[in-house]
Amino acid sequence: MIGLTHYLVLSAILFAIGLVGVMKRKNLLMLFFSTEILLNAVNIGFVAIGHYYGDLSGQMFAFFIIAVAASEIAVGLGLLVLWYKKTGSTDLDSLSMMKG
Amino acid sequence: METYLYIALFAPIVGSLITALFAQMPKKICVGIFTSTLIFISFISSMILLNYVDEDQIVHVKLMDWISAGNLSIPFGFVVDQVSVIMMVTVTLVSTVVHIYSIGYMDHDESFNRFFSWLSAFVFSMMILVMSDNFVGLFIGWEGVGLCSWGLIGFWYKKHSASWAANEAFIMNRIADLGMLMGLFLIYWNIGSLQYDIVFAQIVNLDINVVTWIGIFLFIGAMGKSAQFPLHTWLADAMEGPTPVSALIHAATMVTAGVYLIVRAGEIYTLIPDVGLFIASLGAFVAVFAASMALVNRDLKRIIAYSTLSQLGYMFVAAGLGAYWIALFHLMTHAFFKSLLFLGAGNVMHAMDDELDIKKMGGLYSAMKPTAILMSIASVALAGIYPLAGFFSKDKILEVAFNNGSYFLWFALFIGAGMTAFYSFRLVMLVFFGEKVHKKLGFNPHEAKPFVIYALTPLALLAIVAGFFEQSFHEFTTQLLVNYEFTLDHSIALILIFATSAVAISGIAFAVYKYKRGGFSEKIEEWGVYKLLINQYYIPKLYKDGIMKPFTSFSKFLWLNIDNMIVDKTVDMIAGAIYGTGEKARKMQSGNLSSMLRWMVAGIIILLALAIFYRPMV
Amino acid sequence: MFEVIAFYTFSILTILMFGIVVLSKNALYAMSALAGGMIFISGFFFLLGAEFLGVVQIVVYSGAVMALYAFGMMFFDTTRDVKENIQYKKILYTLSVLSAVLIVIIMSAPLFSANIEAIYPSMVEGVGNTQMVGLVLFTKYLIPFELAAVMLLVAMISGILLVSKRMEMNLTEEDNYEEKGEII
Repeated sequence: MIGLTHYLVLSAILFAIGLVGVMKRKNLLMLFFSTEILLNAVNIGFVAIGHYYGDLSGQMFAFFIIAVAASEIAVGLGLLVLWYKKTGSTDLDSLSMMKG
Repeated sequence: METYLYIALFAPIVGSLITALFAQMPKKICVGIFTSTLIFISFISSMILLNYVDEDQIVHVKLMDWISAGNLSIPFGFVVDQVSVIMMVTVTLVSTVVHIYSIGYMDHDESFNRFFSWLSAFVFSMMILVMSDNFVGLFIGWEGVGLCSWGLIGFWYKKHSASWAANEAFIMNRIADLGMLMGLFLIYWNIGSLQYDIVFAQIVNLDINVVTWIGIFLFIGAMGKSAQFPLHTWLADAMEGPTPVSALIHAATMVTAGVYLIVRAGEIYTLIPDVGLFIASLGAFVAVFAASMALVNRDLKRIIAYSTLSQLGYMFVAAGLGAYWIALFHLMTHAFFKSLLFLGAGNVMHAMDDELDIKKMGGLYSAMKPTAILMSIASVALAGIYPLAGFFSKDKILEVAFNNGSYFLWFALFIGAGMTAFYSFRLVMLVFFGEKVHKKLGFNPHEAKPFVIYALTPLALLAIVAGFFEQSFHEFTTQLLVNYEFTLDHSIALILIFATSAVAISGIAFAVYKYKRGGFSEKIEEWGVYKLLINQYYIPKLYKDGIMKPFTSFSKFLWLNIDNMIVDKTVDMIAGAIYGTGEKARKMQSGNLSSMLRWMVAGIIILLALAIFYRPMV
Repeated sequence: MFEVIAFYTFSILTILMFGIVVLSKNALYAMSALAGGMIFISGFFFLLGAEFLGVVQIVVYSGAVMALYAFGMMFFDTTRDVKENIQYKKILYTLSVLSAVLIVIIMSAPLFSANIEAIYPSMVEGVGNTQMVGLVLFTKYLIPFELAAVMLLVAMISGILLVSKRMEMNLTEEDNYEEKGEII
């Protein structure tokens, strides 16, 4: 039988993949993709726990996470476009104005 | 009457604080007049209080609760009784004269305003000291006068010797103040209060050993303030300050605070005659010791300073032997003629362009007659010649010593009286009479301004007549103080008076005779005794070699090895570690998002590891 | 049995897809793989009985979000790959492995001990998942729901504003624009 643990381990693996992406990729667009992966990994965890506890709150949180992800992409992509217009690059290394 | 008390107490501080606002400004003559007026008001109030107290009434007020912690309750209270009112009148009178005198004396000084601010602050502290109704208030005033004395000795702080002398005086006084504090702690520990009336009422119930320790500790405090041996060196060095300061602080008022303390705590000392005898012996020793140093010194102000020391020794003899009113009486008369002497010396200094060597003066009489007359009066009074003030008070002290059966003390004081007469007239002769050495050296002396001279006349007048108030003074003060019973036969007393007068007169005569004929030959400077005396018994040198140098090297050792190697290194190490980690961690802040994310992940890993491996104690 | 097969199939596929997303050099491939991965994830939701969420996942992610990315990518020159020169590869791999191991441990370890099994496999009898979601969403989670709605609105407006603002102008020449004055 498939238990909660299976889902959680799957979620953990996906989350780790997301982390790798976050660390490895230098393309800003790829970074957004990786955050999507992270969010989805968490979503699976929420829904699975909600299912096994018999509580709908897990699904509710998944909904809100989807909403947050959607708005994040809307704003993030807008900013990315602006950045691209300004510098002609989506390279992460070009974003180093915060250097102290 | 309380109003007068507050006026007498607070008028000086008002002057000081207002004047302090102008401290950095160029000279304003009105500053001097303003503070002098306020001190004069304080003097008038003190006189009114004197008159009031004379009718057997004591003013005792409590301004506010000051310290109340646990069982300790110290009100900010003031008392005007027979003793404090005498001190108040003396202090304010001399202060008024000194303030007016200083307007003339400090005329050309750029820090004119600052001087008056300090001077008035000093008067305020002194008033606190004498008026307080408890030991803590006295201690506050005690420290206050110490502070003001520091500020005034080092008034010309740009001069290295002046700031050195100021620090010396301050540090010596701190050493002694430790003793005084111990005394206060002992009193509080054993009695539970520091109010004079409560302490004196209960002191008889204490163990005699405890009382002895209290007496010793309080006397250590008095020794510092009154510059008794072995803490006497600061007084002579304190002459670096402006002359009005020497007159007010280091002759008339502050240095007598020690005597005041002994007189005030008389009820303690009557219980412990052994300590009293020790005080008296030390006083007699200092009286002779200081007088001998005054014999040969060539510095105008130092001679008078040693004379002050010597006279303080007399006061301690009287106080130690239980004749408190006589000590107080001598304190008062001494304040008059000694400040007069100092202020006259100030005039001479001004006339001689701050030259202090009396061997370079001579024959100043023709140039500055009034000063010469005033100083001669003061010297005669100091020497103790009838009918001037010094005669009455000093003679009484000798009488006390004889009456007590301490013939040795009496003899020491007797010698001291002769020496006093000699050195005072040596000074007068060398400065005002004899050959006009200063002409050769190109000095052009001139007399001080007339108002300065007029300001000195009250002191001169008192130096002459104060002695005649002896009887009323006696009656007045013994209402509060323990009376001293003379058991001496009248005829013996008379003989003593004659003997003392004779030795004083012969001292004067010797000085006049000798210095009229050009003084001693140069050969005398080769004598061992002379060298011993001119070097102040090598005591400053001893202190320097015996205490200062080892202490300096010890401090240096601590500085180089402990402070630099351990304390500083530790601090540096902490700072270096933080600085180093900061320098290293700076690289984290590359501004590169990718590396930041990497750090973030590293942080997550650490937190996760903690969550797994860290189990809090249940 | 069906559940087991489905779970493992979807798992492998999802991991594969996301792996492509993370490792692919080409942004277009990555995006396609992401869309695929999203759809496979909705499969888990169906398996877990959250049909509504599964549908939302497909619609929002594979539909809206991916469309958004696609449109966004039109602004970029996707053929020109970003040069990804990664420094400190060892650190990267150590961090990756460590984080993966730790997260997996955390996710599996305490729940083994707690031995959590389905306590309430189903909720109210005779009520479907969609209906139930509606019930809960509009009662217990009404305020977060409204807030999420407002947030989405704000995000939408900001997205439009950010991208559409002065499309014809190069933003690096902002200074010139200031001199010319307000022209729209």
